Amino acid sequence: MTVTDFHTVLPEVLLAVYAMAALLFGVYTGKDKTTGLITWATAGVFVVLALLIGVNGEGAQSAFGGLFIDDAFARFAKVTVLLAGAAVLVMSYDYMNRRGLARFEYPVLIALATVGMMMMVSAGDLMALYVGLELQSLALYVVAAFRRDSAKSTEAGLKYFVLGSMSSGLLLYGASLTYGYAGTTLFSGIITTLEHGAPVGLLFGLVFMLSGLAFKVSAAPFHMWTPDVYEGSPTPVTAFFATAPKVAAMALLARLAHDAFGTIPGDWQQVIAVMAVLSMFVGAIAAIGQKDIKRLMAYSSIAHMGYALLGLAAGTALGVQAMLVYMAIYVTMNIGTFAFILSLERDGQPVSDISALNMFSKREPLKALAVLILMFSLAGVPPMVGFFGKFYVLKAALDAGLTWLAIAGAVASVIGAFYYLRIVYFMYFGTETEGVESRMGTVQWLALIVVAAMMLVGAVNLFGIDPPAAVAAQSLVQ
Amino acid sequence: MVGLEHYLTVAAALFVIGIFGIFLNRKNVIVILMSIELMLLSVNINLVAFSSFLGDLVGQVFTMFVLTVAAAEAAIGLAILVSFFRTRGTIDVEDANVMKG
Repeated sequence: MTVTDFHTVLPEVLLAVYAMAALLFGVYTGKDKTTGLITWATAGVFVVLALLIGVNGEGAQSAFGGLFIDDAFARFAKVTVLLAGAAVLVMSYDYMNRRGLARFEYPVLIALATVGMMMMVSAGDLMALYVGLELQSLALYVVAAFRRDSAKSTEAGLKYFVLGSMSSGLLLYGASLTYGYAGTTLFSGIITTLEHGAPVGLLFGLVFMLSGLAFKVSAAPFHMWTPDVYEGSPTPVTAFFATAPKVAAMALLARLAHDAFGTIPGDWQQVIAVMAVLSMFVGAIAAIGQKDIKRLMAYSSIAHMGYALLGLAAGTALGVQAMLVYMAIYVTMNIGTFAFILSLERDGQPVSDISALNMFSKREPLKALAVLILMFSLAGVPPMVGFFGKFYVLKAALDAGLTWLAIAGAVASVIGAFYYLRIVYFMYFGTETEGVESRMGTVQWLALIVVAAMMLVGAVNLFGIDPPAAVAAQSLVQ
Repeated sequence: MVGLEHYLTVAAALFVIGIFGIFLNRKNVIVILMSIELMLLSVNINLVAFSSFLGDLVGQVFTMFVLTVAAAEAAIGLAILVSFFRTRGTIDVEDANVMKG
């Protein structure tokens, strides 16, 4: 029995052991001189594990008495998380190196955060959920404050820590109530209890846990930390925050809603629907006045989380499928966009001012075109891939009878298009001012161009992510 | 007779005090760290009370996990606070204002 259990958690164990080995290696050999090696090795391990999970995984197993679940849903989320993590790691190495941030702890911390994320998406129990979430969060608090000599970065770390810990507290309080009123911490046990009606205590637990998780996915009204943390953290860290952890937290939310509270969808649907509408509008409206591109991406990610929640609010297998497809597309778009943001500089100093992009197309026509495609895709203009993501979630919401939600989503996406198009406007029609340089390493250039090309080519069949997402959704929603 | 509801009331009161400690406190970040600890420990009271009431050990196992994580969290919080103090020379909440919001 134990051997089977360990076989099920093999990817997590391998990654955890690798992280500790990399830490020892870094400490006992060249310290920061080994950063390049460890960064590439970590990305390599991520890709290998993603292949291992994606190709080898089959069926649904649970390990350690139901604490850990390995099903198609968990595998889909894990592959997305690992590939996003690998892409962000390799494309930010150049930036870290030039800004004196290339410390060997960074890839190790990212690896540990990724172990936490893999735990989260596989959690089958409140304890596994909590421990996975904290492993991810604790590593992320540290990387937010990674530029120790910068007032902005340490402040971002502090704010993230305080609000993140508070959200963990909310989640934990909800977990304790759920445990008390269900008499078990297993998701499978909670769902059995709910068959005989839902006690009020359980509903309170559910609401507390949903709010705690809403903090982690930065859904309004729990989004206050996002703009400050995105702006203050070093740009590679922001790029990481905007990708992998969002997928993991969203998958965890879906897992909790369907695996533990699947028999009372009406009770969580309305909470998630309200969060979805608020996030879409807060993200779309508050981003309009932003001058800093990292802050703008923060509001953009709040709005995108609103759309992903829209899929979840549908409460159907189609909704979960739409959410997974949306997250995969969102992560890809963000990798391309951040590859561009990482490269912006003036006189060797990083720039994140939007007005610095004035007439960027004159100096770098190819990059400007790639960014134009990405912005159109983020805004959801057909035929870019971003449009299909939005189309899927809106269709899922419509099919579930949430017509007013779908209408709100469409309206918010029109409002949101404004600020994406504003960036394009600056690049092509802005006034001639002191410009910005875009110095890119090969990896960043590749990330930007490949992702932009994917946004166009993917319109054919979304690179076939749809069938696996459907299988994943089926495994979650019975 | 002290019943389950008494424990739950104490835990809920402590939890709310913890939340208010974070939001109403305008002075010192250390107080925020203490409030976070208070929230986590009030959850522990909840868990142990439920565990004893249900005659089920899982709640106490959960408490052990929470205690461990709370210790790690306090360590990381203090470490971030130290680097914040080094760059700013103060740990007042009002001075965490380089970025608006």
